[in-house]
Amino acid sequence: MKQAIDFARETFLAPAGLGEHHLEQVFSQLLTKDTTLADLYFQSARYEAWGLEEGIIKSGSYSIEQGVGVRSVCGEQTGFAYSGEISLTALLESAKAVRAITRAGRSGAVQTWTVATPSRALYGTDDPLASLSETDKIAFLHEIDRFARATSPHVQQVMANMVAVHEIILIVDESGRMTADVRPLVRTNVSVIVERNGQTESATAGGGGRFNLDFFLNGNKAQEYAEEAVRKALINLDAEAAPAGNMTVVLGNGWPGVLLHEAIGHGLEGDFNRKGTSAFAGRIGEQVAAKGITVVDDGTLDQRRGSLSVDDEGTQTQCTTLIEDGILKGYLFDRQNAALMGTQSTGNGRRQSYAHLPMPRMTNTYMRAGNHAPEDIIASVDKGIYAVNFSGGQVDITSGKFVFSASEAYVIENGKLGKPIKNATLIGNGPDVLTRVSMVGNDLQLDTGIGVCGKDGQSVPVGVGQPTLRVDGLTVGGTAAA
Amino acid sequence: MIELENRIDLATEFQAMADHLLDAALAQGATAAELDIDKGTGLSVEVRMGQVDKLQYHRDQGINLTVYFGHRKGFASTGDFSPQALADTLDAACRIARYTSEDEFNGLADADQMASEFPKLDLYHPWELGADQAIDMALQAEAVAREHDKRIVNSEGAGVDSYAGMALYANTHGFMGIRHSTRHSLSCSVVAQDGDSMQRDYWYSVSRVPSLLDSADTVGAEAAQRTVRRLNAHSLSTREAPVLFVPQVARGLIGHLIGAISGSSQYRKASFLLNSLGQQVFPDFVQLREDPFIRQALGSRAYDSEGVASRVRDIVRDGVIEEYFLGSYSARKLGMQTTGSASGASNLLLMDTGLSFVDLLQKMGTGLMVTELIGNGVNSITGDYSRGAVGYWIENGMIVHPVEEVTIASNLKDMFKGIVGIGDDVDERGSIRTGSILIDKMTIAGQ
Repeated sequence: MKQAIDFARETFLAPAGLGEHHLEQVFSQLLTKDTTLADLYFQSARYEAWGLEEGIIKSGSYSIEQGVGVRSVCGEQTGFAYSGEISLTALLESAKAVRAITRAGRSGAVQTWTVATPSRALYGTDDPLASLSETDKIAFLHEIDRFARATSPHVQQVMANMVAVHEIILIVDESGRMTADVRPLVRTNVSVIVERNGQTESATAGGGGRFNLDFFLNGNKAQEYAEEAVRKALINLDAEAAPAGNMTVVLGNGWPGVLLHEAIGHGLEGDFNRKGTSAFAGRIGEQVAAKGITVVDDGTLDQRRGSLSVDDEGTQTQCTTLIEDGILKGYLFDRQNAALMGTQSTGNGRRQSYAHLPMPRMTNTYMRAGNHAPEDIIASVDKGIYAVNFSGGQVDITSGKFVFSASEAYVIENGKLGKPIKNATLIGNGPDVLTRVSMVGNDLQLDTGIGVCGKDGQSVPVGVGQPTLRVDGLTVGGTAAA
Repeated sequence: MIELENRIDLATEFQAMADHLLDAALAQGATAAELDIDKGTGLSVEVRMGQVDKLQYHRDQGINLTVYFGHRKGFASTGDFSPQALADTLDAACRIARYTSEDEFNGLADADQMASEFPKLDLYHPWELGADQAIDMALQAEAVAREHDKRIVNSEGAGVDSYAGMALYANTHGFMGIRHSTRHSLSCSVVAQDGDSMQRDYWYSVSRVPSLLDSADTVGAEAAQRTVRRLNAHSLSTREAPVLFVPQVARGLIGHLIGAISGSSQYRKASFLLNSLGQQVFPDFVQLREDPFIRQALGSRAYDSEGVASRVRDIVRDGVIEEYFLGSYSARKLGMQTTGSASGASNLLLMDTGLSFVDLLQKMGTGLMVTELIGNGVNSITGDYSRGAVGYWIENGMIVHPVEEVTIASNLKDMFKGIVGIGDDVDERGSIRTGSILIDKMTIAGQ
């Protein structure tokens, strides 16, 4: 079978006539005696998207992004240049510019060239763009439109899109190690607008992962996504003003794991902790969550949106325990920050593209299941809210304060679910929010494959998940008296 | 120096490339086509704790091509300018157009709307800057910030960025425009600590003209002051109070307005300000003007992304919505004319109500001054607004203590109607220029 490295050679090296002796030339330009690490990151990403709106296919697009990033790291210092042109001349020019980061003379050379093959591939090498015919892609979007409109007469607008990306990467590092990866990524989003008696609401649904587009057809996803989006939008038509103030919040399973991503995950990224700018800095071994709570970042889940066979520095991904039984255990590292903190990369060195520098990023972040039935958790609350869907969040990693915005939530009164409430932002303090978790459900679920994480202007696909959780005391940012 | 090399030759080369691609599109049977070609080069340096942290060289280029076969549309883009890649990109756009639907509203903007006058906007000012000088400037900003107060114990670093680029837009009406622009910035972010309280804040300066940037000393000192004054912030009890948005966050309120009165939200009926032309949305003292022709400004342009001529216009006059932001597609959907807004708003200026920042604090008396917002809790269809806020609790017009871990909530329609003052403390760094905005009442949720 054709391996990732074969795809990489024929995409990057063969067309540019680049052989190992050329790469040797580039590295001899790049390396000095002070170089801690250096790499070339070749990337080719083909991207196709189709969009339906008002019952017609309004948009279609295709693009190719290709280039190479050249990086040299000396301790804390990084030099970086990139080029959309893959050629020996461009590589040498970039290497020369990057070398200015160090004042030391040239002296390094790569000794031997090796091809590193990850012990397991988490996804196939097939091109997802070619996995369905154009006619089938379009038919699928029309199907979503029909299902959504058939679900409720109040549906005014249906917007659906299907995106497929096929990415080939090759990482060549200072040790002469060559690592390749071929990454499929697909996603479908449905957004509906409903109107009733002059009142308008909207909602979205969707999913995806690192597989082919036939996933959507085989799993009858058109109906599932359409009905889910319409259901959420209709609920919001009935929603009343959310309460304002500090109260007990029950978070649903799956996508509400965005709580962990914001409250915990970013604060545990190695760069912030190496610099000491995170609210979690220097707190390894301390209790940061209630006993029984375990949170991991797992890049090794089969075909998940946040998964990678190898990260963007060629390190095999792993399952990293962040919090174990309430105790802070570890951070997420790329190569540079790991080296500076005297440890190993956890396979979390990720970058948006060849034109961006890698940094520590999450993959799939989730909390392991506990032993409470979700219905018991709701029944335990006298007065509070139950939030099951969110539209995203943000964190200030230094102060530790985070927010996430509920897009589907209900009042809980005397252990029973009441009226739906309008969109409200929840705010809390990352380092202590998990200490206030008093019940953990037995219903761990991961999200459907829609997460995008932004950091320093770079976006990467991620996953989140959690069981149902009871948090005693989160601030709910509504407008009504609590 | 960060400058596009051989700028004149490059322009000639891009024009030839554009002509060739548009001709090739027509030869493939397209009835119309449009494209942009962009190229840019830049340098960014970041320093941290007195040392160089990152030195990055940017070189970007791209072509975006749209073809029309009657009312069907296809789009493709590439970063590779080789003849083969251009041919493949055209083929891809044509392939896409075979599968998209007939949409009678699709097409180029009308030929008679194309810009024919090109006022001198003075947007290109390359910086005579080497990596060493950039590093020195960043080091200076960070050093000033770190020496400013002994509670500044750590740093996220300081950075200098310089970017020069050119962009060509052409379509089969025969319109072709090229613009050259530069953008430079200096920023600094530090961390202060006092007991258990750790806070980070930042300041930056940005301009198309290097000599108009604030000095490293100014940026560093401002970053330090902003960080230190956040120390020992705490939450508030839940209450209703007036809220003063400082210019850096007031800008976002204008952003929500633009979104709500843009063509795509209007034709999709996805706006809290649906059919608001001629409606009183703000108090009658509110005036908002769009001026695309301010020399050296970040949002200035002679034409939009469809080649449509820009013009100076009133968006809000005496509190009433005068015009939307429309590109040709949404204009046709709504039975209106494009407003030259296919690429969004240009420069927007909100007129002050004759009050200084201090006047606004006095006018508010007791309430929350908001300096930073986090999260995306704004529903653009209903106008419901709920976001995390950082700022200061004000009593009798004076700061009492810094505030964090609260949310502010209301509905944007009520917030717009509830504006009671606009300051003259305009932040001129962005394309939306506004002073502080005072809103009569919002719900603050906290501990």
